[in-house]
Amino acid sequence: MSTIVEKPHLKEEPERPPTRLDALRSLLGQSDLGVLPILLGLVVIWGIFQLANPHFLSARNLTNLLLQAASTGTISIGLVLILLLGEIDLSVGAVSGLCGSIVAVLNVNNGVSGPIAVLAGLLAGLAIGLFQGMWITRFRIPSFIVTLAGLLGWQGTQLLVLGETGTINLRDPFVVGIANTFFPQLIGWLVGIIFVVIVIVSMLLERRQRMAAELPYRSRQAIIFRSALIAAAMIGSIAVLNADRGLPLAVIIFVGLIVLFDLITRRTIFGRHIYAVGGDPEAARRASINVNGIRVAVFGLGSMLAALGGILGESRLFAVNQSSGGSDTLLNAIAAAVIGGTSLFGGFGSVWSALVGALVIFSISNGMDLLALPSDIKFIITGGVLLVAVTIDAISRRMREVRGR
Amino acid sequence: MEASPRTPILELKGISKRFGAVQALKDVNFEVFTGEVVGLVGDNGAGKSTLIKCISGIYPIDAGEIFFEGKPVTITGPKDVGRLGIETVYQDLALCDNLDVVANLYLGREAINQNVHPLVSPLNEVKMEKRAIEVLKTLSVKLPSPRRVVASLSGGQRQSVAVARAVMWNSRVVLLDEPTAALGVAQSRMVLDLILQLKKQGLGVVVISHNLADIFEVVDRIIVLRLGRRVGTFMAGSTSREQIVSAITGAEFGEVEENNTANGSEGGMAG
Repeated sequence: MSTIVEKPHLKEEPERPPTRLDALRSLLGQSDLGVLPILLGLVVIWGIFQLANPHFLSARNLTNLLLQAASTGTISIGLVLILLLGEIDLSVGAVSGLCGSIVAVLNVNNGVSGPIAVLAGLLAGLAIGLFQGMWITRFRIPSFIVTLAGLLGWQGTQLLVLGETGTINLRDPFVVGIANTFFPQLIGWLVGIIFVVIVIVSMLLERRQRMAAELPYRSRQAIIFRSALIAAAMIGSIAVLNADRGLPLAVIIFVGLIVLFDLITRRTIFGRHIYAVGGDPEAARRASINVNGIRVAVFGLGSMLAALGGILGESRLFAVNQSSGGSDTLLNAIAAAVIGGTSLFGGFGSVWSALVGALVIFSISNGMDLLALPSDIKFIITGGVLLVAVTIDAISRRMREVRGR
Repeated sequence: MEASPRTPILELKGISKRFGAVQALKDVNFEVFTGEVVGLVGDNGAGKSTLIKCISGIYPIDAGEIFFEGKPVTITGPKDVGRLGIETVYQDLALCDNLDVVANLYLGREAINQNVHPLVSPLNEVKMEKRAIEVLKTLSVKLPSPRRVVASLSGGQRQSVAVARAVMWNSRVVLLDEPTAALGVAQSRMVLDLILQLKKQGLGVVVISHNLADIFEVVDRIIVLRLGRRVGTFMAGSTSREQIVSAITGAEFGEVEENNTANGSEGGMAG
């Protein structure tokens, strides 16, 4: 392999005009195939379930699917951040259940107003995460162990908080409104258009800046191609949502958080340091990054997002009970992050994998529900999908290492 | 030494360091001038790494004085050393494989756009990439793209990135620990050229290496340590490899216990 390299400097690639294939490649991400295999997988899954049950791709079912995905997907955003660090948080399911219960108990049993109860739930999540993060960094115990203890401990606390009644039904318009508000058609289109315009303008601005600085920049075709894809996806989604009840608030929250945390991870020092710690903690430490500070902050954020996921979940179901956040919440959240392409080994991945992964996981479970498959089969199939996703992660990691030589 | 026309940029006098029963360094003098490459050689356990770690502030010294630009300085930790403009590149390089070259060059010192809170202020990627390209260019480091992830670079390219990061923040002295140890011929060439480039830019460069061929190719002076003492100093231009080997193994210079032998050979060869 001849690695002493081409000519003096650094113009990305040769003079040949960029073809559409190049645009496609740059869209998919430089080195890896990016999210393409997963999106293809999603199309295949949707195709299969549509053939098996024509209701699968109906506007109503897709909206429901998205609402289901929003709750666990929000938990998954936090898990992506934690996985980027090379850590794991097994307590996110229990924390989502506990914080949901705290909101319900405050609001229903103690008459605290909805917004304040929700705020208290979020702060409880933050406090739990900071506590676990400090425990992990202070005593240098693997996060796996501390958060496993957390899983049990917070589940117990949830039972304690819920007390005798077990199930609490929610009626507060604010709490219930979080997942049951749908915006009229016009607003849906407006939100979609604004989003697409912002994305295109920021791409053009970046191009102009890089041109002015004489750095390699994205070709016009690549930008047009990208914009067209994003616009098409947006128009499609809004059209589907509008055909049912309209754009749901929960989806705005979920996608908004993904955009927010995507910007934080890719465009800020904090985000850069998350990747650095996940890539090589020792190198990060020597670069005078506060490694433990980053870890604690991310565990705090992770648990707060778990709390929000729990609140979205109880709001959608109008109730919280002893099994909220239990059983497969944790595994679905981890599976979503990993299926979306975030590495379990730290340092590689993107917040968008929470969206893509949650869509895959909930497409499968929603589709199997529509087909009324028994739960034995559902568990087996979900397990198989997770195994395939983790294997792809391990293989692509090994390929990265081989390329590194 | 006093007769020397120039003051060394970094000078150590009478450095001793003991680990329990082991005398790792005994009364070692060391100096490097600007625009000079010094090779630090010696057998395993001769004290090379200990000396480097004393200079870079990882080990506190038991006795001795350190001068920077002729002025005495106290070094209590790596931070002091960094402030003086002394950087060390260890064998393990300390790069984040998952980040690209620009991100690694700026790791821990990222450029940001506005002065909002530093944690939420957006990174100034354009500025960082532009400066990274400049730095790589002045060091004649050739990479396919500064946006390549470090994991995808060759060994020589990684070493070059690590060195570039060490020197891009106005460093005056750079210590390289076995910079060519894991590299093939072409890759070593790349790193050796980089070392000469650093010399040309007026840095003081210290290279620890087992590879005498590499040493002879780039260094001006060779300092030999044996059993924790400095046993010889040679000008690379007027010394044969055999002389260095005998100094390293002790074949020619007799008993290390006799301090005079060491000092004598030093005076004789250093010129």
